Amino acid sequence: MKKIKIFSMKSPYREAFHISGYVFGGGEKSVAIVGAMRGDEVQQQFVCSQLVRILGGLERDGMLADGKEILVIPSANHFSMNIGKRFWPMDNTDINRMFPGYDQGETTQRIASAIFERIKDYKSGIQLASYHFAGDFILHVRVIKTAIDISGGAQMFGLPYVYIKQPEPFDTVMLNYNWQIWDTAAYSIYAGTTDTIDKNAAKQTWQAIIRFLSESGIVRKEAAPGFKSKILYDSDFTTVSAPCAGIFYQLKHPGGDVRRSETIAKILDPYDGSVLSEIASPRDGIIFFSHSKPLIMEKTVAFWVI
Amino acid sequence: MIQTIFSAGLPVDEKLLIQKNSIRGHGGGGRLCVVTGTHGDELEGQYVCYLLSEFLQRNIDKIHGTIDIYPALNPLGIDSITRGFPGFDLDMNRIFPGAENKSLSDSAAFQIIDDIKSADFAIDIHASNIFLRELPQARINVNTADSLVRYAEMLNIDLVWVHPAATVLESTLAHSLNSLGVKTIVVEMGVGMRITPEYGVRLFDGILNLMKNVGIYTGEVGGAISKPRIVDGDGVAFVNAEKSGVFLPEKSYGNHLDEGDVIGRIVSPLTGATLSVAKALQPGLLMTIRAYPIVYEGSLLARIVKD
Repeated sequence: MKKIKIFSMKSPYREAFHISGYVFGGGEKSVAIVGAMRGDEVQQQFVCSQLVRILGGLERDGMLADGKEILVIPSANHFSMNIGKRFWPMDNTDINRMFPGYDQGETTQRIASAIFERIKDYKSGIQLASYHFAGDFILHVRVIKTAIDISGGAQMFGLPYVYIKQPEPFDTVMLNYNWQIWDTAAYSIYAGTTDTIDKNAAKQTWQAIIRFLSESGIVRKEAAPGFKSKILYDSDFTTVSAPCAGIFYQLKHPGGDVRRSETIAKILDPYDGSVLSEIASPRDGIIFFSHSKPLIMEKTVAFWVI
Repeated sequence: MIQTIFSAGLPVDEKLLIQKNSIRGHGGGGRLCVVTGTHGDELEGQYVCYLLSEFLQRNIDKIHGTIDIYPALNPLGIDSITRGFPGFDLDMNRIFPGAENKSLSDSAAFQIIDDIKSADFAIDIHASNIFLRELPQARINVNTADSLVRYAEMLNIDLVWVHPAATVLESTLAHSLNSLGVKTIVVEMGVGMRITPEYGVRLFDGILNLMKNVGIYTGEVGGAISKPRIVDGDGVAFVNAEKSGVFLPEKSYGNHLDEGDVIGRIVSPLTGATLSVAKALQPGLLMTIRAYPIVYEGSLLARIVKD
């Protein structure tokens, strides 16, 4: 294991900001793994830190394939994480809206550029991602649909679901999309939570990544078998929005089976506690995403059901 | 007439309301929408909306058509000094045209588009963010320049910046409206979290001038209308901070710079050292200058319109 410096910058009054990477093995640039790019992505950082520990052990035990290099970047934004912010501390910009970056541009463009320059030549890329709504997901691999079909590679993680998402305009400035444009097979893994550590989901995530490395012939460790992933497309999701605002009293959670018309949440009056609305599942299926905060605004996405 | 174009409940005893003032004059003459407040920290448009609202209601007999004024597309953001839509990570100006049943912010965007899409013209007023001061300028995507520049020239601004197209900008309000046939011009001026009265009055005069030229207004326009310089993407040079520290400007926006002129210095108050001197690499007009003193490496310090 070799620790490398990917980006450094002085700050007006804080210690210098460094982005570090951990390199395992050597030779063909096989897999790059990127963790927290936002300051609240604690689950993502936790998964990456465990991967560094596990890969270090595998390398010491001689279980990495010859001629293959793995790079792990656990954190790209600890300046925000250390002060409890999600985006860049000075201007509130999102590093993951700056790719492929620009080395002569603004601060977060420079950070994105330095990261991208270091990771763009890897054959596969794995990003531990979070979503722009507050909520919890079933563990899954997400692939932005571009000209290349990498759904087979996404199934090698052995997670229950692979979601092939049509790109939206804002995707074009995110890491996953740009990785693919530069010919890296890019996978985003949604590890259940963001600003809290879910130990079970985190363990399943790092086991899935080790399984992918094993299936790809990059590590020689035999991984426990995973799921035969089901491929999902945008049309497989039914969105359930909150019909009114209030206290969100959740009855069903991601991964839970639901029947059509079954009550999956209630919205309660915050003054008298009465039930303002019962949210019913629109179909038989499984909860894929749920709103995770105790209060909810009207028209906010409460669930995705598959 | 005050109308609510979007309403959604908030958790405790409150509704999010997006409202407009619809001012209707005589028949004919078309419809102009003036929108602002997509970013909750940009307040320059507030003064323009006030001036228009007050003036047009007093001069209703000189109006032919409808002027709809939307002062706060992101009312929660404005009332809480929040740039984005509180509770959602996405920039509100990256979610248009929205969708009816996707999320609260998407629903709001969808209703905004639905309400404006039958207009002939729209002016989308932005200030800069809190970090930069900008000369009054229109920003126009190169793909719409042929149809929009002549109207932007009527707005009493200093610059019309025709910038390259980018896929990410397809999710802006202006792009969505232009795609639907509403001639929409984005105006940027001043600085975030403040109002620059001089610029507000200039744009107010400019909007009246545009209204007069397209037959929506028949009264007088106060003050001379300045003709803006048209600048393309290559005509603007960027100056970024080479060091992190405290930026002390030595020039003001609107100054003409010669090559080598000092724009400002980055200093360390702790050590007393000058860390970096920002200079103009070519002569030109200083159109943007850093307003917020703390800078990191890469922070934008200035933009210069090249001579």
